[in-house]
Amino acid sequence: MSGTTLDPVPDAASAPLPVRERRPDVAGFSFTALSGFAALLIVLMVAVILGEVVWNGWSTVTWEFLAGVPREGMTKGGIFPAIYGTLLLVVLMVIALIPFGVGAAVWLHLYAAQDSWFTKTVRFAVHNLAGVPSIVYGLFGLGFFIQFLGHNVDRVLGLDVVWGQPALMWAALTLALLNLPVVIVTTEEALRTVPRDQREASLALGATRWQTVRHVLVPQALPGILTGAILAVARGAGEVAPILFTGAAYFLPFLPKLPTDQFMELGYHVFVLATQSPDIDATRPLLYGTVLVLLALTFLLNLTAILLRARLRARLLGRG
Amino acid sequence: MSTVQPRRHVRAAQIRRERLIEFALRACAFSAVAGLVLIVVFVFKEAWPVLFDPETQKEASLQRFFATPLWQPVGDIPKYGLMPLLTGTFKVVAIAMLFAVPLAVLAAVFSAEFAPARVREVLKPAIEMLAGIPSVVMGFFALMVLASWLQGVTHSEMRLNALTAGIALGLGVIPTIFTVAEDALRAVPRSFREASLGLGATPWQTAWHVSLPAASAGVAAGVLLGLARAVGETMIVLMASGNAAITSADPLDSVRTLSASIAAELAEVVVGSPHYSTLFFLGALLFTITFLINVAAGAFVEQLRKRLAGA
Repeated sequence: MSGTTLDPVPDAASAPLPVRERRPDVAGFSFTALSGFAALLIVLMVAVILGEVVWNGWSTVTWEFLAGVPREGMTKGGIFPAIYGTLLLVVLMVIALIPFGVGAAVWLHLYAAQDSWFTKTVRFAVHNLAGVPSIVYGLFGLGFFIQFLGHNVDRVLGLDVVWGQPALMWAALTLALLNLPVVIVTTEEALRTVPRDQREASLALGATRWQTVRHVLVPQALPGILTGAILAVARGAGEVAPILFTGAAYFLPFLPKLPTDQFMELGYHVFVLATQSPDIDATRPLLYGTVLVLLALTFLLNLTAILLRARLRARLLGRG
Repeated sequence: MSTVQPRRHVRAAQIRRERLIEFALRACAFSAVAGLVLIVVFVFKEAWPVLFDPETQKEASLQRFFATPLWQPVGDIPKYGLMPLLTGTFKVVAIAMLFAVPLAVLAAVFSAEFAPARVREVLKPAIEMLAGIPSVVMGFFALMVLASWLQGVTHSEMRLNALTAGIALGLGVIPTIFTVAEDALRAVPRSFREASLGLGATPWQTAWHVSLPAASAGVAAGVLLGLARAVGETMIVLMASGNAAITSADPLDSVRTLSASIAAELAEVVVGSPHYSTLFFLGALLFTITFLINVAAGAFVEQLRKRLAGA
């Protein structure tokens, strides 16, 4: 505490009560104003970014744009293959991700002895997986899924190069691992909102642990589990670095049909349009349109997740 | 956690099923550990030749990384000098942190200490939206818009440079720092603040002398997590930095970072070549740096938890 404003009273008995100095509090005012200004600046920057994209992208996004294919060296046409590829990618990712993520969270919440070294190792891994840079996931996807798993599958099956190349499935699995911590953390948070007495009531009534999980814990925590899944999808739809070498294609004349096909993806398409276009002025409207579609997709997903989480928190508070 | 044991009359088959399910769930939890271990094994495995394979070391080895000041991986005599990449990464990350840390921490203090509920209802979703902007979109914004604005101010020769990339990267990490710092500040018990205010301190004195010191470990954790993200972030720097491998201290020079080099070059290299191994080595380096920062951040979070729990 700074001495100037809280001087001890010299003679408590006789002196009049200390009157707070009425000097204008310059330091305090500037500190408060500065912090408010920082907050305002951040909000403004978000508004500028979104405004820029919506303002310039709005007119591009037509039905033809959404449903068409790229034409004339990607200076005309639409982005349907990229939308389709993105959706396929996140669906595959969710299928691979949710059982593991939810299973791990259920185990951590209900089964794990919290002080055992195994539990601590799992928590350490979850915490640190979340911090691995996305480009390293890309390297891992290439080194493990494609060069190791894929090549060995090809060798065992006596195939030419089918699995050992960048593909939709490998990209989806790479993204699934990237999002595993997101799902585990949000699911566990959701499981914690289920009151302990309900769980204990279920066990006391003779239900097994698995019955308790299936009929008490998971149904109650469902909004939270969905939140985790949606956040993962939003992040999966926006991450480009992990799929650069694991399956995303610059341009494909056909839609992916098999998990071993390559695919076009919205985020990667933004990157391609922004950096590899021979004629940036001709590509500009398409670029803004693609960014707008990508942003709209991720924001809708994030918004849903935020609303679900808010409902969950309200329920938690309502219980006290 | 298992306070209730299955009772005796539960049939043996059911017990077997329960055991099987428990095993499956345990395996799911183990998948996180397996994932982390596999990442380490397979990224370091591909980087291995740089350290131990004589054939690769004729072109790329630890000594060679620092023997040449140039990063020219493609050419008759490829040169893998790491200096431009290391200084480039340092420069961009430093600019990003100089930009992001004051803004994010001040905004977190504002949100946790001063903001009326109604203002916070605007601020928090705005931050969540910023967090939801994919990094490729931030890179696009830096490339198309921010670069021109900044060039208008700085009159720099190169449109894409460390400053452009640094500020865009800073925007990308603000949500991380803000969220962790704000959570820590809001976790400071009410009694701390009330005691301070009751003693006659003003709200800002309370924020500066009581709340911030109490939450300092959390704020530090937020800054570290932001730092780790900034070091590893790829798409923003790949799109906004210009990617010229120049060793200089000038923030207006174009730079090439570790992460951007991997992203830009890996698609075109021959698997198993010295260049390929070198790029995996860069990945291993990035992994190690961010891993250490994250462990430190975890320690700070733990410290905060203990401090506030002990209160």
